[in-house]
Amino acid sequence: MNVRHIQTIWMKEIRTYFSSPIAYVIAAVFVGLTGFSFALSVESRFPEATVRGFLFGPTGAFFLVILMTPALTMRLFAEEAKLGTMELLLTAPIRDSEIVLGKFLAAFTMMLAMFSLTLYFPLLLIWFGDPEILPILTAYAGLVLMGSVAVAIGLLGSSLTSNQIVAAVVSLAVLLLLWLASFVATLGDPGSLWVDFIRFLSLNDHLRDLTFGILDSRDIVYFLSLTAFFLFITSRIVEMRRWR
Amino acid sequence: MIEAKGLTKFFGDYPAIEDVSFRAEPGEVVGFLGPNGAGKTTTMRILTGYTPPTSGTASIAGHDIQTQSLEARRAIGYLPETVPLYLDMTVRQYLSYMGALRGLSKQRIRSRIDDMFGLCRLEEYTDSLIGKLSKGYRQRVGIAQALLHEPPVLILDEPTIGIDPRQVVETRQIIRGLGGEHTVFLSSHILGEVSQVCDRVMIIHEGRIAAMDKAENLSESLGGTTRIILEVRGGTQNEITRILAGVPGVQSVEADESSGELSFIVECEPTQDLRAELARRIIERGWGLVDMHTAGLSLEEVFLRLTASQEEEDSASAEPEPA
Ligand SMILES: Nc1ncnc2c1ncn2[C@@H]1O[C@H](COP(=O)(O)OP(=O)(O)O)[C@@H](O)[C@H]1O
Ligand SMILES: [Mg+2]
Repeated sequence: MNVRHIQTIWMKEIRTYFSSPIAYVIAAVFVGLTGFSFALSVESRFPEATVRGFLFGPTGAFFLVILMTPALTMRLFAEEAKLGTMELLLTAPIRDSEIVLGKFLAAFTMMLAMFSLTLYFPLLLIWFGDPEILPILTAYAGLVLMGSVAVAIGLLGSSLTSNQIVAAVVSLAVLLLLWLASFVATLGDPGSLWVDFIRFLSLNDHLRDLTFGILDSRDIVYFLSLTAFFLFITSRIVEMRRWR
Repeated sequence: MIEAKGLTKFFGDYPAIEDVSFRAEPGEVVGFLGPNGAGKTTTMRILTGYTPPTSGTASIAGHDIQTQSLEARRAIGYLPETVPLYLDMTVRQYLSYMGALRGLSKQRIRSRIDDMFGLCRLEEYTDSLIGKLSKGYRQRVGIAQALLHEPPVLILDEPTIGIDPRQVVETRQIIRGLGGEHTVFLSSHILGEVSQVCDRVMIIHEGRIAAMDKAENLSESLGGTTRIILEVRGGTQNEITRILAGVPGVQSVEADESSGELSFIVECEPTQDLRAELARRIIERGWGLVDMHTAGLSLEEVFLRLTASQEEEDSASAEPEPA
């Protein structure tokens, strides 16, 4: 691994993000809808001085990450395949894994930038109320960790095809599956190995504790290893595409 | 500089290339000639490390393309057939990205980009979006990209395809000027192009190397004729054939009625231009000369002639030498 190679790809992709409207639109929708969730939660009959209000629910940050990450990542490999620039990348003196990591970091950076736009929610809470700080920090950690998994899945989808729409749909399907896994698990026999496994994979279950300020190393390991797993698979797919 | 040994590539059961072996020495310009589908792009993609061969080995500047892939790739400048470019980047942005990918320092990228603007005559378009450039200019950006890091080996896949004739001439001049400093391996399906630009020519047909020779030997083994095609109104086929064949320097005349009009294919020695004389003879007889043009050999014919002469050579060299 060569840091300079990764950095080259990373910077290029970030520049591309800023030169197209997609990233701006995604960020605007994200900030708008999470703001809406946040406003509802503090306006409710039992307002909580927590950030949980903007994280959960159909317009909450978690679900928006599921829905919007594919739009952020679909371009990354699919467009290179379509333009033929993949041939340049794969014949440049850099490793496939460096390409994958650089692209991952670029989309992840955009995601972090988008998350940072929601920081005024906790600031408002601190200004007007007296929230517990730890749950806010762990909740953001959960958001960031989930974001990294989502970007890795999005990248995987993009590496499979030269069609951006197909890439987005495939990534969305995988993300929804992981998101709904805990719900799917309730349909099976509690206690069976399968149900436990599906529950273990569920994004939801691993996020819940984090939003309450409970920092469990198992949750962190879960997110990091899932990210690493999807990045590894993406790397192998890029390598396999050379054979075609 | 480039050494390939027994390269073979299968796509499923289909062999795109079989047992391709050759060497290109430092500073040499080697042409890779073959009709569409012959396997030129496949060979080049193997050499550049884009796709692995099914079997066989190759090395670039002494680095094996599979076991020392990064070192080999570092020694190559590659212009793929599709001229892949990021359309939403400016020429300068694109070149500096390509420079960074090849590991050049910031200063070197800056100075090399300026060199490339000069060499590839891109000065007026340095900050234009690539998506707005014409095909010919995009081709130049592609060449600039391949030359940027001063690689010892250049691999150019059909560098003059699809650009207008004036730019073809300029592009060929640029490539011709690269020999000496770089080892250039360039593919084409135009015989005239490779014989103009290259020191040595390798012909590939249906995935196999059919011939490999110096460019000048190649034109010799082609029999060295030029052909002139005439379309004549009035007169019978026999009469016209007889008159044309009577012109000194004409080797053969063939009538062709396939296009509806009666036309004649005249093969003659390349040392003299017989067009004026042929026209005079036709007009003297009171016939109408509707069309006259020269034509090169088709690749198919080139291939046939080459393999024929190759076989002659082979049988000649097979005779026992006196001890
Ligand atoms: N990725 C691929 N999958 C299947 N067949 C291929 C692929 N690439 C090339 N071929 C086949 O291999 C043969 C050689 O192709 P190519 O190397 O592109 O020829 P050329 O560049 O000389 O026109 C062709 O018959 C082509 O159809
Ligand atoms: Mg080709």
